[in-house]
Formats: sequence, structure tokens, C-alpha cells
Amino acid sequence: MTLVFGTFLLSMMVLVAIAIVREHNLFVAVMLSAIFSLLMATNLFLLDAADVALTEAAIGAGISTVLALGALALTAEAEQRHRPKYRWLSIAIMVLALVALLYSTQDNPRIGDPEAPVHQHVAPWYLEQTPILIDIPNVVTAVLGSFRGYDTFGEVLVILTAGIGVLFLLSAGRNDLLPNPRRIPDNTIRLRQHTIPHVIGKLLAPFIILFGLYVQFHGEYGPGGGFQAGALIAAGVILYGLVEGERPSLALVPPNLLYGLSLGGVLLYGGVGIASMLLGGNFLDYSVLMTDPIAGQHWGLLLIELGVGMTVTGVLLSIYHAFAARDPH
Amino acid sequence: MTLDEAIYNQLPALQVIVPLIAVPLVAMMRARHLAWLACTLTSLLSFGIAVVITTELLAGATWQYAMGAWPAPMGIELRIDSFSALLLLIVTGASTLMLLAARVPIAAQIQSIRQPLFYAVWLLTLGGLIGILVSGDAFNIFVFMEISSLATYVLVAAGRDRRALAAVFTYIVMGTIGATFYLVGVGLIYMMTGTLNLADMGVRLEQVADSRPVMAAAAFITVGLALKAALFPLHIWLPNAYTRAPHIVTAFLAACSTKVAIYVLLRFDFLIFQESIPNHALHFAGLLLPLALAAMIVGSWVAMFEDNLKRLLAYSSIAQVGYILLGAGLISTTGLSAAVLHMFNHALIKGVLFLAVACLGVRLVQLRLSELGGVARHMPWTMSAFAAAGLSLIGVPGTAGFVSKWQLIVAALEVGPWGLVPIIAIVTSSLMAVVYIWRIVETTWFAHASTAVASVREAPSWMLVLVWLGVAANVYFGLQPQLPLTLATGAAELLLESCCD
Repeated sequence: MTLVFGTFLLSMMVLVAIAIVREHNLFVAVMLSAIFSLLMATNLFLLDAADVALTEAAIGAGISTVLALGALALTAEAEQRHRPKYRWLSIAIMVLALVALLYSTQDNPRIGDPEAPVHQHVAPWYLEQTPILIDIPNVVTAVLGSFRGYDTFGEVLVILTAGIGVLFLLSAGRNDLLPNPRRIPDNTIRLRQHTIPHVIGKLLAPFIILFGLYVQFHGEYGPGGGFQAGALIAAGVILYGLVEGERPSLALVPPNLLYGLSLGGVLLYGGVGIASMLLGGNFLDYSVLMTDPIAGQHWGLLLIELGVGMTVTGVLLSIYHAFAARDPH
Repeated sequence: MTLDEAIYNQLPALQVIVPLIAVPLVAMMRARHLAWLACTLTSLLSFGIAVVITTELLAGATWQYAMGAWPAPMGIELRIDSFSALLLLIVTGASTLMLLAARVPIAAQIQSIRQPLFYAVWLLTLGGLIGILVSGDAFNIFVFMEISSLATYVLVAAGRDRRALAAVFTYIVMGTIGATFYLVGVGLIYMMTGTLNLADMGVRLEQVADSRPVMAAAAFITVGLALKAALFPLHIWLPNAYTRAPHIVTAFLAACSTKVAIYVLLRFDFLIFQESIPNHALHFAGLLLPLALAAMIVGSWVAMFEDNLKRLLAYSSIAQVGYILLGAGLISTTGLSAAVLHMFNHALIKGVLFLAVACLGVRLVQLRLSELGGVARHMPWTMSAFAAAGLSLIGVPGTAGFVSKWQLIVAALEVGPWGLVPIIAIVTSSLMAVVYIWRIVETTWFAHASTAVASVREAPSWMLVLVWLGVAANVYFGLQPQLPLTLATGAAELLLESCCD
């Protein structure tokens, strides 16, 4: 059954990808890429990667679509057409790369094969040791937060780089870095005139934020964690902003607070690492945070996930406002 | 355990953590001078840590660090050897030198309120590059590659020149393709070995050697990193990005960003693929040598006719990437140590050349040769430093550039009669360098003064001090190349240790 669904979803993704490349209307292309992300999320769910599926759905299908639409609102909807040079050369190279890839897949282990190398080396250790060393049910959280917590620290910094980068680039030629709620033009995108989206959006927003908080603090037991939670909370606030307009949304969560959240999350995460150094352990060795190593791991995970959630929420909303608060003219 | 020892053991982690933790602090600052000061001190501290790490390494210490105290390959491991140490010196040293010089040129090119963010992004670039160098884990390298790449895009687009945005867009697309190729390759290796730790990967790949996914992985990783390293013909993103970036950013990037990509490329090809793919050394040389030779000739050729000073130097950099990969493609201890040494020397040379350009940029907006006639008579100190670094680029004896080019020629001679081809290319490319450096010297010193430069003053003396410090380093390492040479030879032996017997 998985095979049938998987084949169907993957071929749909190929079709959607081709449609995106061939589409000249950018609005349609953005919508198609949202569909692409949803298909991807379903695929990941089929492969039992619920954590990744949740992230892909929230960020890929949700927030990046809104961001792309926000950018579109500031430019034009139709793509300028121009014939690319060396078109056939590019196609030939693509086909060549495709053939090489297909050739290389022939020695791949089968999906779900318990003898595959990935199931023989570090993965069994993670599965065995997580209950003993960290004592939480969600092994994914243990791997991302503790065993490979340094990677996750890097990922949070990637997010922060994106946030600082957008604020920096969009502030060129302006007098302030962050959008000033008092100077927001009145003609930003909003749906107040459309009754059905208005009512439903307003009803949904608080529940989305509540669900985000649940995912944040329940990440050790079920799928989720800081990344997913941050994306969900940001999605809730963005929905509110889309429905009510920029000004009320900025009044609800001011830009300074968002900026502080983005930076504070990284400081919190790095701070936990430095605290463990000061207590005599290595960077991000949560075991030394408390006298009981397992309790230390719990506290460490809780704090760093909070840091991740803060930065993700702060950055996603900062980026959204940086686009949405601009005067389209 | 005393405090000293406690700090000592944490040095590999501190090397990368210090600049990254400083990022949010610098981004919070409102005063631009304070932000500059904090950023420069952080960079200086990183440089200090790199110096201590290198000194200890030369005294026989080995540097390994388990992040989160989880043993590799379960956790992520940091590993610093002589190859990474040399690159650490380049990256942290270049960053510190450029930051010390940055205040005046940045004030001219970036609005005051945006400067704290600029310095925060600079630290992200620095931390990202360091993270790649100290890491012993393939996926971790990808994460830090993302940090440094994203931050670099922002730095390049930071100036007032709006044409930078178009240049950055090309750079983003190409850089993302490079990073994605790298990630696909790492994914394929993970599929076949179940590990992400580089050392462990080398061991476990032997069991699945010669399988198709591993070969595909080698292709993906090599092409992806060659794209990031701007190896000809994958260099098209580089000239515009270097030309349009703020001058001081160009100086920083030219000194280190492509080198870090070459570092990862050599690590993967020598330590991982050569062990596990039969004849990989031959494939590697067969692919890289012709491209390296082409890069040396084409890069220098274009530079000879280029009018824009920064673009001219950018094409010269493309030629220099060719020199480095030529040495690596010879697959011998001498060749590899020449390559690694040239990474160090080229960083010294291009750093100084672009810093001199930044000095020009403080006084002039247009940096086209046709509008720089006679500028050296107004800015003699700047332009003589430029000429001195130019001599090092050409490879005049007594300068750093000579040492590595000489090593390259020696390595080529070891190959036998075929070694004549690279030697001809080295000599031709160096003669072309004589032409384009002389063109600049001739125009700026002897040509009729153009109207644009009539009222130009010499650059700020603090910047001149730093440029001349760089020139002094070029001469010092030309006469006393022991330090980089020892590290480079150590790196070459390390890379060849496990393969190519």
C-alpha cells in the first residue's frame, strides 16, 4: 500500500515541479509550490518521519507561500519572458545528470530493508540508548536536541542569519531597521472586507497558536519541537495579520519584541552550551546541568527547544512584517 | 584541573562558539562604533585562539572535541589538524585585518543605523567558515556552509551599489546548487554507510567500495564544492560578486571564502573517496588538471584586458584557484603541500591587493583603470603597497608568491616529461600576471592624470599602516616560509597518508 501511495505522490511531485518551471504567472507558481510542499509533507509522513512532515507542512506549504505572496504584492504578478541562451545545452546537461543518477540508484538498499547500512550503525545505538541516557519517548528529539544538538544550534543560526539578512537588506535607504507601526500605510493586504475568510481566520488563529504551544512543550513525547512550534505560532499570528491588517498585528506583537525573540533564542541556546562548559562539561553537554544527568538532559532539551521556538517565531514574523509593512508603491 | 587546563580543553569549541555567541550581542547594539569594536575584538580573540591551537599543534598536541560529550560517530566531533589550522589562521587573520581597516570604508558605504547588523552578519560569516574548518562531521559541515553562505550573500549585497543585488542573485542560485549537490552526496554516503562522521565514513566506505551510489556521491560532492570554489568553468558567479560587494567585504572574501571550499573538497577526495573508489586518484587528476590549467590561462587572459580594477583582480583569483588545484591534481606530497601553501600565500596576496583597492575606494567612486590615470601620484603609499603585493602575485623571489610557485614547479618536475605542460602553464600565467599588474602600475603612476583624480588625497594613515603590514607579511613569509610550509607539508602528508601508495 505504501508503495502505491509513494509512487503516486512522487509522480505527482514530478508533474507539479514541471508545471512550476513552465508557469509564467508567478501567483500560480507560488500556489503550485505550496502544493508541491504538501505532497512532500505527505510523502515524509508515509515514511514515518512525522517531525519532518510537520515542519514541511508548516514552513514549506504555509509560511513560505505567504512570504512569497507578500513579495509578489510588492512586485508584478507576471514573469518577464525572455528566451534563455544555451537552452538545449542546459537540457542536455540535465538529462545527463538524470541518467547518471538513475544509474547510481541501482545499488541502493531497498526502502525499509532492516539490513540496510543506516539501520546497522548509529541508528540502533540511538534507539537503545535514548531511554537509558535521556529517558524521553521521542528519539528524534533526543537526536536533534542532544546527540546532534550542535547541528541544531547551527540550524538556529541559519534561521537567525536569514532574519538579520532580510532586515538588513530591506532597510537599505530607510531611517529605521524595524517596521514602525505608526508609519504603516493603510493599504496593506488584508481580508477584512471578505466576511467568510475574516470570520474563519479570526476564529482559527488562537487555536493555531495554542497548538503551536502544545507542539513546543510536548516535543519530547510526540512529534514536534521548537522548529515546528515556532512555525505554527508564526503562522497563527500571520493569519491574524492577513485578516486584520498590518497595524493591529504589529500592535499585538511589536517588531522590537520579535527582534528580541530572534536574538534571545540564540542566546538561550548558546547560553545553555556555555553553562555546561562552565560546569565542567563540554559544549551542550546537558548532563552536567543538574546533579542527576537524566534530569540535566531534560532541562537542557526543554531550554534549547524553547530557544529554537523563540528564534523561529521571531525570525519568521520579522521577515513577514518586513515585506508586509512595506508600501507597495 | 586548573582553570588554564579547563579552558585549554575547550579551545576547539571556543574557536567556533566565540564569534557565533557574539552575533546576537552585536546585533543588539545601537551604536555603530561599539558594534565595530565588539566585532573586531571578537575576531581578534578568534585569531588568538587559532594561534594558540596552531602553536600547540606544532608542539605535538592533537585536537579532538566531542560536542555534548557524546562520542563520535554518535555525536558530532571537532577535529583540528595542520590543514585546518593553516586555514583557521587564514580565515581569522584575514577577518581581523579587514575589520581593523573597516571603519572608514564601511562608514562610506553603509548607513550608520544598519552598521551593527552588518557587523553581526560579518561574525556569522566568520563563525560559519570556522565551523566548516574545525568540523569532523559531513552534515555539520553542511550546516556551517549554510550559515557562511547565507551571511556571505548578505555581505555582498550590503553596499550602496544596487547592481550588487543582481550579482548576489546569481551567486545565491549557484551557491545553493553547490550546497545541494554536496548534501545529495552526503546523503548517498549516509545511505551506504550509516554514518556522518568523516573518519568513520572513510573506514566504513571500504566495505561498500566501488558501489554506484558511492561513485555518484563522489561526483556530486566534487562538482558541488568545485562550484563553491569557483573552479573554471564553474566560476561565473565570482567576478560580479567580488566587483559589486563593498570593498572591505571583497578583501575578506577574496582572502578566504573559496579556499574553505577547496579545503572541504580536498578533504573529501583524499581522505574518503581515494580509499574507497578504485582509481579515484586518476579520475581526480584527470578531471582537475585540465580544468586547473584552463583556469590559469583563461583567468589571467581575461584579467589582461579588464578595465574594472576589482573585476580584474577577481579574474586573477580564478587563475589562482587553478594554481591551487593544479598542485592538488599532481597527487604527490610536494604538489599537495605546494597547493596548500599557495592557499595561504594567495590569501596574503589578494587580501593586501583588495585592501589597497579599499583604500582607493575611500577616495574614489569609480574604480575603472581608464579613470584612474595618475592616481598613484596623489596616493603614493597606497599604490606602492599595491605594486609590492603585485610583485608577490607575479612570484618575484623574496615574496610569498615565489615560494609556492617554486614549490609547484618542483612538484611538476617530479612527474617527469609530462610535467613540462603545467610548468609552461605556470610560466605563461605568471607572465600574463606581469602584464596585468604592469598595466595597473603604468596607468596609475605614469598616465596623464584624469580629471576624476585631480583633488584626491592619500588614504587614511591607519589603513595604510594595515596595508603595509600585509605587504610586510608577504615579504616575511617569502623569506621565512617555515611556518606555513611546515603546516602545508603536514597537511599534504595527512591527505596522502591513507591512499595513493
